[in-house]
Amino acid sequence: MKAHLTRRYMFSASHRLHSDDMSEAENQATYGKCNNPYGHGHNYNIEVTVSGPVDAQTGMVCNLVVLDGFVHREILERYDHQNLNLLPEFVAAVPTTENLCISIYEIVKRGFSAAHLERVRIEETMMNSFEYTGEASC
Amino acid sequence: MVYLTRKAEFSASHYYHNPAFTPEENARLFGKCNNPNGHGHNYTLEVTVKGAVDTRSGFVVDLKQLKDIMNREVLDALDHRFLNKEVLEFLTQIPSTENIAIAIWRRLEPKLKSAKLHRVRLYETPDLFVDVFGEEDRGPA
Repeated sequence: MKAHLTRRYMFSASHRLHSDDMSEAENQATYGKCNNPYGHGHNYNIEVTVSGPVDAQTGMVCNLVVLDGFVHREILERYDHQNLNLLPEFVAAVPTTENLCISIYEIVKRGFSAAHLERVRIEETMMNSFEYTGEASC
Repeated sequence: MVYLTRKAEFSASHYYHNPAFTPEENARLFGKCNNPNGHGHNYTLEVTVKGAVDTRSGFVVDLKQLKDIMNREVLDALDHRFLNKEVLEFLTQIPSTENIAIAIWRRLEPKLKSAKLHRVRLYETPDLFVDVFGEEDRGPA
């Protein structure tokens, strides 16, 4: 039987929601307090869900040490204690949690091959969460 | 279709070991989980059933019945047990979170009558959980 394994991680980062395509007034109206020019931060909780058949020898969908190693190296080291606006992927895109979710999904999809990536889910606060399952399911 | 989830908790010990592997392979693959004296977790189980709402009772499932089935089939067998030594499924397979979730699915699914089992979610810790959706896994939807 197939199993879906979800691992949670956390990083802290700052961002400012601001689009160069909008006027100051439009930015204010769209992003409100998130448009504060000095930025603000969150503790982002990340859930990475991978799936596959359970290996009969190991009892695992994939080795957690391998998944943890990948996420620490490629995601947490990239984003933890950073200003998201200064990262290359957010030079042209607003670092909303929607866009962050897609960026993280794409990094895992591209670099992690030990199991099938099902989804990336991010809790920006206890009240807001975002999920991305790839283009095909949209 | 309405989905209903009931939670339960159990505590159990286990260790990861495959007798087909050398001691070195077991240690490398399973790390601290390979300690033969075992270690334990507080597992949180979420059982989700789905079905139409009965027009007379307003229920998808009688919660009392679901609770009784979960207690009898799962909690009585797993709670405060050393899974490798005391639970049938794990005499021959590793009691990983994946395999425990599958075993729970197989214990519950045939016992449910009115509602259909949709998902078994098992948390080993707050930061690690496994979902299973049965043999014909169509995912969360």
